[in-house]
Amino acid sequence: MKSTAIWLGLAALAGVMAAFSPANAQDKSILVQSTTSTANSGLYDYLLPAFEKASGIKVNVVAVGTGQAIKNAQNCDADVLLVHAKASEEKFVAEGYGVKRFDLMYNDFVIVGPAADPAGVSGSNDAMTALAKIAEAKALFASRGDDSGTNKKEIALWNAAGIDPSESSGDWYRSTGSGMGATLNAGVGMGAYVLTDRATWISFVNKGDFTIAVEGDKALFNQYGVILVNPDKCPSVKVAEGQAFIDWLLSNEGQDAIGSYKINGQPLFFPSADRAQMKAG
Amino acid sequence: MQDFAEAFLFAFRQIAGLDPDLLEIIGLSLRVSLAATLVSCLVGLPIGALVAVSRFPGRAGVIVIMNALMGLPPVVVGLFVYLNLSRAGPLGWMGLLYTPAAMVIAQSILISPIVAALSRQVLEDLFNEYREQFASFALSRLAQVRAILWDGRYSLITVALAAFGRSAAEVGAVIIVGGNIEHLTRVMTTAIALETSKGDLPLAMALGIVLLILALGVNALVSALRLTAARYAYA
Repeated sequence: MKSTAIWLGLAALAGVMAAFSPANAQDKSILVQSTTSTANSGLYDYLLPAFEKASGIKVNVVAVGTGQAIKNAQNCDADVLLVHAKASEEKFVAEGYGVKRFDLMYNDFVIVGPAADPAGVSGSNDAMTALAKIAEAKALFASRGDDSGTNKKEIALWNAAGIDPSESSGDWYRSTGSGMGATLNAGVGMGAYVLTDRATWISFVNKGDFTIAVEGDKALFNQYGVILVNPDKCPSVKVAEGQAFIDWLLSNEGQDAIGSYKINGQPLFFPSADRAQMKAG
Repeated sequence: MQDFAEAFLFAFRQIAGLDPDLLEIIGLSLRVSLAATLVSCLVGLPIGALVAVSRFPGRAGVIVIMNALMGLPPVVVGLFVYLNLSRAGPLGWMGLLYTPAAMVIAQSILISPIVAALSRQVLEDLFNEYREQFASFALSRLAQVRAILWDGRYSLITVALAAFGRSAAEVGAVIIVGGNIEHLTRVMTTAIALETSKGDLPLAMALGIVLLILALGVNALVSALRLTAARYAYA
């Protein structure tokens, strides 16, 4: 009786293992480490079916902060890296983890804030002055605080404004240590200004009474890059499939697809591959 | 709150409409959590039973450790499994990271201590009742373990349900080792986290309600099976 139960248990376990046998993994698929901003905006849901249909390659996307995405790619847990922190990306390539970095697309960052606008920055197109005003008014500001591309940009802006907000951390400066969406939820919840990429903001649902306060500053430019992880460092990299994905993204077809993705009639990303260079390369 | 009403409506519409994406996510949630529950029972029950019937020096310390491990933080378990399964880690060659198997491994580590610790308590109570009979029959330890596992089976089902509940509701570990990849490793909890991060709180809430209904369904099913089995046993 009891040994029957044990055999049943083992049979069930074998069944479970069979159920998880990597049938999918044997199909052609690649793993892309990318950012929450691209995934949360719905861009991949729009782009990937077109690529998968054209190539037969399934693209699996892991969406984390840029810092974590780069770490994961350094651990060889990716075939392609698609993030937005140019300096870190160039370092990634220079250290031999990536083959080559290509400009892919851009959008921009905006500072969103409550309708009451406690720091009086609404309508500004000068990010540094706006941040200085927020600091002076001690108006609440919610930061990603997670070493993401957006977080790196924010810290660069504070540095440029000559302010060290970490001194006020926990006071008016609230470092959430979480993703873009979670930080926006927190910002809306407590009435704090937030630096966000425009794509996430446009597609974000829980806006409350928040509107864009600061936009249009050149310093708020947000460039995305795409990199094939270097097979010399990571032999597991699927070079042909990963390169096919990058080539497609940079092709006229891929670039047009990026530019045609809209929410509420607004484009979220602007293609910026150097198409001439691609052909030459 | 308007959001709650909206969430409930949405949840029922989703379930009623049998949205294929949602069904896929529910299916994976069930498969992963049930597999982890199965593994944790295969690992945890023998350990729990063995400690219940054994007396050895340091036993109290072992029990304290077993009980403490019930509080393993999911994120830490997730990181531990990630570091091992990562291509740069010792088990990277298996290529398991970002697969459902990785999620089963992480959840099994998380809930095996729950099964071991709870079953130890349940079975020890039973053992204390049977102790003199066991002694008079001069049963081997293995036979004792088998006897109390069998006689305690109905209580142990509740132990397994507790473990299942923990794994089905858990997000911290599976999002690290699974990566919340659409059509591959997205489960109910990581989908809820994703919709929350998109600010779509009604949808996130609706998915939460679906998860609750799912847990309710599994518990009701097990309860019904148990009642039927008990009726046959005593008939």
